[in-house]
Amino acid sequence: MTTQSDPPKRNGFRLSQLIYDTRYRSITLQVIALLLIGGGLFWLYSNTVTNLAAQGKDFRLDFLWKRAGYDINQQLIPYTSNDTHIRAAAVGMFNTLLVALLGCVFATILGIVFGVLRLSKNFMASRLAAVYVEGFRNVPLLLWIVAIFAIVTEATHQPRDFKTGDASMLFNESVAITNRGTFIPSPIFGAGWELLAIVAVLAIGAAIWLRKWSIKRQAATGESPMPIWLGIVLVIAAILLVYSLQAGLMFALLSIIKVAIIVAIAVIGYRVAKTFVPNVLAALIAAALIILWQYFIAGPFWGMFGFQPAFDPSVTFDYPELGGFNFSGGLQIRNSLIALLLALSLYTGAFIAEIVRAGILSVSKGQSEAAFALGLRANRTMSLVILPQAMRVIIPPLISQFLNLTKNSSLAIAIGYMDIRSTLGGITVNQTGRELEGILLTGMFYLILSLLISAGMNWFNNSVKLKER
Amino acid sequence: MKKSVLLGAVAVAGLTAAAASAATLDDVKARGSLNCGVSSGLTGFSEPDANGVWQGFDVAVCRAIGAAVLEDPTAVEFVPLTTQVRFTALSSGEIDILSRNTTWTFSRDTDLNLNFIGVNYYDGQGFMVPKELGVTSAKDLDGATVCIQTGTTTELNLADFFRSNNINYEPVPIETNAEAQQQYLAGACDVYTTDASGLAATRATFEDPSAHVILPEIISKEPLGPVVRHGDDNWMDIARWTLNALIAAEELGVTSANVEELAAAPTNNPEINRLLGTEGDLGAMIGLDKQWAVRAIAAGGNYGEIFERNIGESTPIGLARGLNAQWTEGGLMYAPPFR
Ligand SMILES: N[C@@H](CCC(=O)N[C@@H](CS)C(=O)NCC(=O)O)C(=O)O
Repeated sequence: MTTQSDPPKRNGFRLSQLIYDTRYRSITLQVIALLLIGGGLFWLYSNTVTNLAAQGKDFRLDFLWKRAGYDINQQLIPYTSNDTHIRAAAVGMFNTLLVALLGCVFATILGIVFGVLRLSKNFMASRLAAVYVEGFRNVPLLLWIVAIFAIVTEATHQPRDFKTGDASMLFNESVAITNRGTFIPSPIFGAGWELLAIVAVLAIGAAIWLRKWSIKRQAATGESPMPIWLGIVLVIAAILLVYSLQAGLMFALLSIIKVAIIVAIAVIGYRVAKTFVPNVLAALIAAALIILWQYFIAGPFWGMFGFQPAFDPSVTFDYPELGGFNFSGGLQIRNSLIALLLALSLYTGAFIAEIVRAGILSVSKGQSEAAFALGLRANRTMSLVILPQAMRVIIPPLISQFLNLTKNSSLAIAIGYMDIRSTLGGITVNQTGRELEGILLTGMFYLILSLLISAGMNWFNNSVKLKER
Repeated sequence: MKKSVLLGAVAVAGLTAAAASAATLDDVKARGSLNCGVSSGLTGFSEPDANGVWQGFDVAVCRAIGAAVLEDPTAVEFVPLTTQVRFTALSSGEIDILSRNTTWTFSRDTDLNLNFIGVNYYDGQGFMVPKELGVTSAKDLDGATVCIQTGTTTELNLADFFRSNNINYEPVPIETNAEAQQQYLAGACDVYTTDASGLAATRATFEDPSAHVILPEIISKEPLGPVVRHGDDNWMDIARWTLNALIAAEELGVTSANVEELAAAPTNNPEINRLLGTEGDLGAMIGLDKQWAVRAIAAGGNYGEIFERNIGESTPIGLARGLNAQWTEGGLMYAPPFR
């Protein structure tokens, strides 16, 4: 909108207008800023080139295709010391991605739980959450990483102790927690595992579809939708059924009978007990009956039949076993990964908790009062009314937390976790003397990864933000 | 050269070299102190004592150079460096010389643009294991977890050794010797591998050194020596010939006790006279005065004295001279003639 008045007479363009005339001033300033930045960049560039030349170094990337010569302990893709530096960098890259991805998931879960808890009316719960948030937020991350690493290596037994009996494995001899890491069974995919995978994908798809359909039905009829836990149970049941069918028909039948007996004991026990005692106690009695059956009676009972159906499943498990120096077999989750993951997720989780708290507080009180007035219980109010509205406040700062976590994962170097900073930006740089190239490439990797994360999260943000209809 | 000050802030490694490349001797004199890169703590080689004064075999080389150049063996700034950052620190000009059990290899000497000025310790890579494991040979280490310092020749040798012997291992990468020691003692790794001298030095600090054995296999050649960067031949000469002076002094029987006396007047051994500046003027050829070698030897004694005092058989580390004896005693220590 312009005010209608006589336009000033144009009597040519004077140089001073560049500064005094508001029409040109902003352009002038921008041009000057551009020149300064461009000059600065050029100066940096020419300095780099001169100084590199003075050191007798040039800028080349061919070292990436030379033999790396060093070994890496945690490999998500196959790698030997005969492979190239670029492959070593890829191994490191996947290790970074692994810890960043898991870290973001755990941090989000922790953040939501503690963010909600901190607002709880329960004094203990809210104090606990406050202690967690303040404790982790106010101590440098590096200290947490080193401290947690020290705890997981100092407070656990060395593999040798498992031989002498000073330490023992957990969960039926399947898990060993040592000062070198935790060893867990790893799956072996035998013939026919593909079918199992297909069934799993189909079952998950079906469960999602069912849930969506039941939500639509709710809109039409008011019947409440299928609970999420039921969907999960259905998926697991489908997978287990196919798994045992694959293992053998007789085995499958027997398994079904076994499960049916347990369910029957639970249901009948609960029903009968309910007539005498309160519900909670009845549930406990039912649980006790199941344990009694499963651990004390089932063995001898089935033993009476002396019948062992053939069992040949497509997916079996490789259990860790104590070898000469260490456990072999199974999957080793190294302490460096555990410590880094714990520290990153606990630390970032504390920040996310505050973001979640802020998000919830940003939803006006009237919303929850209205929800209560409608008769919604507290947890449904939270999940159906408050959180969906808090999301638009939560997500944008959440993106920066994810980015922080990803970049902070480069502190891995402190405890010898072989991420990209330790492989490409560490050993490769050191063994080849290509500092500039190696560090630039490492930096570029983090840049691209961060841009991808924020692109993804922005897309998610757009899909959850309030749609004005 | 002003340019480079700001560049440091950009923190791209190795950009600040210009300031330091040309005349190191002048820079050191102007500064009044020598910047010497040492390890972050390895008993007998470089470690601050109870008073915070750096002591050790690698430290002694720098003190000798400091004495030769600045006439003061205490005018040395020691910069503790990890294996990973040592070469960057040297080529960026942060230090004037690196004296930090560093192996002389082809690619370091050429591709990294460094100059090794000689060898002050002929070493090889060894393995240390707790005695209770009952291991007697490195070939029995299949499946072992091995602690290694990253950015070393050690990790490359290790990979080659295990691959060529077709045995598996799990490497645990570690930044410093202190950390490696802690991990090893906690049993987080079965084996610690590094230069045999480093193993002996590390073991000497254990509560019960006899509970650990160093395996007989030496899997590599590790000639350890001080390093300077390319581009300043005069500085390289000074460093090289100071080290040679220490070695020659032992051969010629010049010690910290008798050096003043021998330097007071010409003796009847012309080589001693040239070394101590009572005949000819070798010092001038490297831009120093006549007395440079006298001061270098007086600072901590000749090579043999330095060895005995810091890592020799009378110390807890207890290393025998072995390959590091004078050539006249069947060793490899052989200083070129001073003439
Ligand atoms: N000589 C090898 C290995 C050097 C090395 O790792 N030295 C260790 C032990 S001998 C060390 O200096 N540790 C002390 C520290 O971590 O600062 C090389 O030059 O790459």
